[in-house]
Amino acid sequence: MTHATGLKYLKQDSLPLMWCSGCGNGIVLGALLRAFEELDCRPEETVVVTGIGCWGKADDYIMTNALHTTHGRALAFATGIKAVNPKLQVVVLMGDGDGVTIGGNHFVHAARRNIDLTAILVNNYNYGMTGGQFSATTPSGSFTGTTYYGNPERELDVCALASAAGANFVARETVYHGHRLQDYIKLALNKRGFSLVEAISPCSTHYGANNKMKVPVEFMRRLKEKGVPQAKYRRLSEAEQEGLFETGIMTDRDAPDFNTRYAEIRTLARGL
Amino acid sequence: MQQAAKLMQGNQAIAEGALYAGAGFFAGYPITPSSEIAEECSRRLPLAGGTYMQMEDEIASIGAVIGASLGGTKAFTATSGPGFSLMQENLGLAVMAEVPCVIVNVQRSGPSTGLATKPAQSDVMQIRWGRHGDQSIIALSPASVQECFELMVQAFNFAEKYRVPVILAADEIVAHMRENFLLPEAGEIPLVERKKPLGDPAGYKPFQPDEDGIAPLAAYGSPYVFHVTSSMHGPDGFSNNSPANAAWRVEQLHRKLERYQAEIALTKEFDTSDLDVLLISFGATTRAARAAARLARQEGIKAGVLQLVTLWPFPEREVRALAGRVQRIIVPEMNYSGQVAGEVRRVLGSGADIRQVNKYNGEIITPREILRAIKGDVDK
Ligand SMILES: Cc1ncc(C[n+]2csc(CCOP(=O)(O)OP(=O)(O)O)c2C)c(N)n1
Ligand code: SF4
Ligand SMILES: [Mg+2]
Repeated sequence: MTHATGLKYLKQDSLPLMWCSGCGNGIVLGALLRAFEELDCRPEETVVVTGIGCWGKADDYIMTNALHTTHGRALAFATGIKAVNPKLQVVVLMGDGDGVTIGGNHFVHAARRNIDLTAILVNNYNYGMTGGQFSATTPSGSFTGTTYYGNPERELDVCALASAAGANFVARETVYHGHRLQDYIKLALNKRGFSLVEAISPCSTHYGANNKMKVPVEFMRRLKEKGVPQAKYRRLSEAEQEGLFETGIMTDRDAPDFNTRYAEIRTLARGL
Repeated sequence: MQQAAKLMQGNQAIAEGALYAGAGFFAGYPITPSSEIAEECSRRLPLAGGTYMQMEDEIASIGAVIGASLGGTKAFTATSGPGFSLMQENLGLAVMAEVPCVIVNVQRSGPSTGLATKPAQSDVMQIRWGRHGDQSIIALSPASVQECFELMVQAFNFAEKYRVPVILAADEIVAHMRENFLLPEAGEIPLVERKKPLGDPAGYKPFQPDEDGIAPLAAYGSPYVFHVTSSMHGPDGFSNNSPANAAWRVEQLHRKLERYQAEIALTKEFDTSDLDVLLISFGATTRAARAAARLARQEGIKAGVLQLVTLWPFPEREVRALAGRVQRIIVPEMNYSGQVAGEVRRVLGSGADIRQVNKYNGEIITPREILRAIKGDVDK
C-alpha cells in the first residue's frame, strides 16, 4: 500500500502556506490531511470548523466543507452543525488562545456534553497571530510580549481539563512526533463523543524568539526532549518530571455522546 | 378553516410561530423576559424531531444557531438585553456569511441588568448598529400575541428569502401578555425555503449572487462542498483581501436589502384617512397609541396611527407618505433618547413638528399620556 499524502484534501492553489518557516502548523495540517485520506473521509461529509489565530487559518488550505468562525467560539458553531446532522464528521481546529483561553467556557461544555466533535488544539504556548502575547497555556515564568518580566500566572493542562470535563478521547503529542500525532488524530476522528488531540508546536517567531529558541531546530529539539511518553513519564519522580510533559493517550472511554442521548429524549417525548 | 381562538401568551406564540415556520433547532440561554420561549421549545422541538439546546452562554447560543442553519435546519434563539449584547459579534458573522436565522430580543429595561422584569423599547439602535463593521439588518416588532406568531413566521420567511439574520424585536409587554390567538392551519401562511444551488457541485460559489441579488445556499452534508468564513471573502467563500472584492462584498450585503426595501418595510395604519396628528409607534406602545387616537377623535382631533411593523430597514417611504398630510407627529416609545423619533427626524428633516413621548421607568406608556401630547396646541 502506498502512503497517504493527504494531497487530495489540500487546496493547492492557496499555497504557499501563510505560516512562518519553522512553524509547526504545517506538520499538524499534514497529519490531519493524511488522517483524512487514510480514513477515506468524504469532503461532502466533513466539516472543518476553525477559530481565529495562525492555526485557525488552516481552513484556507482544506478542500472539505469549512466554517471559519470568531475567536474562541469554533466549538459552539460546530455544536450546532453536529446537533442537526449527526452523520457529519466535524473537526474543530483551535489554538491555545482560541480553544482554552477566550474559548475556555465552550471547551469545558463541549467536553461535558460529550458532543461528537474532534478538536485539534495546537498549543504553541502563546498568541502567535497577534505577535506573541501570553495565553492560558504559557508556562509560568516564561517570556512573551505581555510578560516582559516572566509570566506570573500558572499554565493550564489542556488534556487534564478535557478529561475532567468529560471528553471520551484525549491525547497529547508534539509535532516532532508527527507519525504518532497522525495516529492520535485518526483515533480521535473514529471516536464517538468529544475527542481532543493537543499538538504541542513551535511558534519560533514569537514564543521561540522570546524564550531562547529562535532557531526552529532548537525548539524542535526541546519538544523531542521534553515530551515524554506516558508510561515512562509516570515512572519518574516528581522532581524528575519538572520541566517535562506527558504525551500519549490520557483518556479513552465510551460514554454516550450528546446526539445519542438526544435521540433518546426524542423517543421519550413521543412516548409520553 | 381556523381553529377556535384560545388564550395564548406572547412568548408561547413566538415559539408556536417558529414551529409553524418549520424551525428544527433552538439554542439559547435562559433570561427574563424571554425564558418561556426556551421552555416551550424544550418541550415541543423533540416532539417535532428537532433539537433544543441550552448552551453555556448567549455567545455559544447564536454560534450553534448559525452552525445548525448551515447544516440546513431552520434555527433560532431568544434572549433579552444582556444576552443580546453578548450575541453581537457572532450576529455580525451571520450578516457577513449570509446565514439565515432568527434572533428574538424580548426587550427589557436597562441599562445593564436594569429592571430585569420590566418592559422597554430601548434596543432599537443596538439592533441596527450594535455590531462592529458597517452592515444592515432586518428587524420586526410585534404589538400583539397574534403578531408575535405572524411576525415570527415572517422573520423566518425574510431570513430564508434574503439569506440574512432577522431580529424579532419584541418587548416584555407583548411577550408576557395573554390574549386571544388563532392558530392558522398548516399551509395557510406560505413558507419560504432558502434557495438551494443547482447544477454541477464543482462550480458552486456560495457567495455569487444570482440575478435576484441572492446567492443560493447549500447545506453541509450535501454534494455541494462549500467554504464559509467570517473574514472578507470572494464569491467562492475563501479569504480575499483585494480592495475591489471588499468593496463589492460590503455593497452586496447592503444592496440586497435596499433592493427589497418595499417588500420588507411593513407598516399598518389605523384611523389615517383624515388626519391632523400622526402617531408613529411600534411594539406594545402601538396599543396605547391606538387608544389615544380614539380618545382624541372623541374630542374632535383627527389623530391616527402608523405602526412600524418593520423597524429596520426603516420604513422611510411610509413615514414620508403620511407625514406630508399632518400638522404634527408624535412618537411614543419606552426609552429616554427617542430612538425611533430620531430616525423620523432624520427622514423628515428639521422642518417637521415632531414631538416625543418617552417613558423609561419600566412602566408602560398610557393612552392618556399620549393624548396629552396630542392635545398640546393642535387646532380643533
Ligand atoms: C474577540 C477577539 N479578540 C481578540 C482577537 C485578536 N486575536 C486574533 S488571534 C488571537 C490569538 C490567537 O492565539 P492562538 O489561539 O493561540 O492561535 P495561534 O495564533 O497561536 O495559532 C487574538 C487574541 C480577535 N480576533 N477577536
Ligand atoms: S507567528 Fe508563530 S504560530 Fe504564527 S505562523 Fe509564525 S511561527 Fe506559526
Ligand atoms: Mg497559540
